[in-house]
Amino acid sequence: MNFNFDFVKHWKWYFLVSGVILALGLAVLPIFGLNLGVDFQGGTRLDIHVGQVVSQQEMIDFVAQHDLVPNTTQLASEGQYVIMRFNEEIGKERLAALRQALQAKYGEEANIQESTVDPTFAKELVRKAIIGVLVASVGIAVYVMVRFEYRFAVAALISLLHDALMVVAFFALFRIEVDLTFIVAVLTVVGYSINDTIVIFDRIRENMKTAKLKTADDFRRLVNDSIRQTLARSVNTLLTVIFVAAALLFFGPNSIRNFSLAMMIGLVSGGYSSLFIASQLWYLWRVRRLRKGKTAAVS
Amino acid sequence: MKVRAGRALLLFVVLVAAFAGMIATTPWVLDGITLGLDLQGGFEILYQVQPVSEGQEVTPEVITQTIAALERRVNVIGVAEPNFFPEGRDRIRVQLAGVEDQDRARELLGRPARLTFRDMTTGEVLLSGADLVEGGASAVFDKYNRPIVQLKLKDGGKFADITGRYIGQPIGIFLDEELITAPVVQQRITGGIATIEGQRDIAEAQELASLLNAGALPVNLVELQAQSVGASLGQRSLEQGVWAGIIGGVVVLLFMLAYYRLPGLVANISLLVYTYLLLLLFQLLHVTLTLAGIAAFILALGMAVDANILTAERIKEEIRAGKSIPSALKAGSRRALVTILDANITTVLAAAVIYYLGSGSVRGFATTLILSIVLSILTNVWISRLLLQQTVQAGIGVKPWYFGVKEEEIREL
Repeated sequence: MNFNFDFVKHWKWYFLVSGVILALGLAVLPIFGLNLGVDFQGGTRLDIHVGQVVSQQEMIDFVAQHDLVPNTTQLASEGQYVIMRFNEEIGKERLAALRQALQAKYGEEANIQESTVDPTFAKELVRKAIIGVLVASVGIAVYVMVRFEYRFAVAALISLLHDALMVVAFFALFRIEVDLTFIVAVLTVVGYSINDTIVIFDRIRENMKTAKLKTADDFRRLVNDSIRQTLARSVNTLLTVIFVAAALLFFGPNSIRNFSLAMMIGLVSGGYSSLFIASQLWYLWRVRRLRKGKTAAVS
Repeated sequence: MKVRAGRALLLFVVLVAAFAGMIATTPWVLDGITLGLDLQGGFEILYQVQPVSEGQEVTPEVITQTIAALERRVNVIGVAEPNFFPEGRDRIRVQLAGVEDQDRARELLGRPARLTFRDMTTGEVLLSGADLVEGGASAVFDKYNRPIVQLKLKDGGKFADITGRYIGQPIGIFLDEELITAPVVQQRITGGIATIEGQRDIAEAQELASLLNAGALPVNLVELQAQSVGASLGQRSLEQGVWAGIIGGVVVLLFMLAYYRLPGLVANISLLVYTYLLLLLFQLLHVTLTLAGIAAFILALGMAVDANILTAERIKEEIRAGKSIPSALKAGSRRALVTILDANITTVLAAAVIYYLGSGSVRGFATTLILSIVLSILTNVWISRLLLQQTVQAGIGVKPWYFGVKEEEIREL
């Protein structure tokens, strides 16, 4: 392939881009926190399919007749679908009344999808989610360490955390609701985005067998060659998963829209980090050792 | 190499037959798949079981008894396939799909079980669950080896009075407003231990014993998590999910064909077979398809392509390196396999964690992801490889063009 882009030379820029986005998102985090959904702070979420176009105010007034004040209201499907979140559990009696009133006003087609979580149970879910992400990351790191040497494993782990944090940063910046499906999306991204990294590392390892590696330039060539040789695969695989993730995002069900969005961001970030972050980290580490080794030999 | 017409024809016939078989059986496969309640409407509640009076403990027996009582109530509403799963130490997950009146069902489920012994004509309540010794009912065999239910009462004297009054008459045992059984009193029972005969088998006796125990130890059910989906909303989600899958799938198929040519066509055949087999597997293993499952399914489709892309790219490289097409196929598939395994095992690891973490629909996602990855490795590696070998042996597609390689890119060996 006649493609001579140097993936290694500009590593500072790649790290800077990632660093800035992550820093922005994570700076927002301690100030505003994440926009937690009912799964993580308790309360009730109602997905109301109205079947006709309504305004946000109209729906707020509608639920107000049942003494309900939503903490957030969001429209989807050109205003035919309303997502409301209440920090308190609305209870089954009020839900029943609301459903009846909704169908009386907007017809039988209108319906409500409810999700209620008890606050103490929500805490349990948060704990499990954090443990889950950690266990998955460690498990993957151990696997990569067994199959590759530890420098590959550490570089892969960093790029994996980069992807997970990218999704978190994006959701923190744009105040998008975070629920259990978000964690599922992050975990899937963690499991999947490492694929791309592994494919490139696999190639680096293979090329190392035949390459003479004496100077930093040799390593640069090795990494560049390996990325270029697998580039068609990296790009095409990324394209196909993005095709399906986009289909899910734009044509899929409203109730999992945030899940699809998290997945999309994670997949793009995963593609980016495996091309521009992971191998570069490995390269820097190896070259540093090379320099140290040399000075030791000279002195 | 020449085109071998016989072999090519055979391959073609086999493929056409396989696809005809798949298309013919698809409606049957789809019909047999169990839809989760987020796709067909219904609700799911996670209850925390709490004793009504203090000092009581929630033991595994209490959970079993409570489930028996809940099942009984659900039968009254008439739900096709209710599911009850004990979770953790003191929780019960209830899943009711396709309930007509969700709000009523939920109201009914949440109340503690109320057990009463009543006069069959006047309806007067003679005894309540509180008069039974907790956990005192059991299914045993009498001396003729017939299954019976034995129950202990707290106050033997009170029971002796009642049975004395009702000799030769039935006493109705009600759970809520439902008559469970109406045994006829044979004699005055003084010892505080009664037996109920006429059980068809030991299973029936055990169920009755469970219900009596549930009535003797009423529990409060606190909703920890509730999810309800209207039937029309579930239907819409299903349609949108399937629609998204078809759009995403078609784009992927077109892309593969345009970019990879022969290996792309082969990949597409494998992908279609893979999709069919995955659906079949869902049906055979009774995996419940949830909304999250559809999402996993669609993503898995994108990931399954990866195995084909890896192989196709490897073959391209081998051809460019100057290998003949048959040996490029061999080397390319072999070298790609290691990478494919490495890449997929990590996703399986993550999915296993999701499975452990989640319950309900989240588990549906993890199950689908794991199943699809395992199946993907099988079909997209094995079928693709077989098909490529067969086409090349049949003498079709032996020019580098078919693999997306330009003649001038090929290096001499």
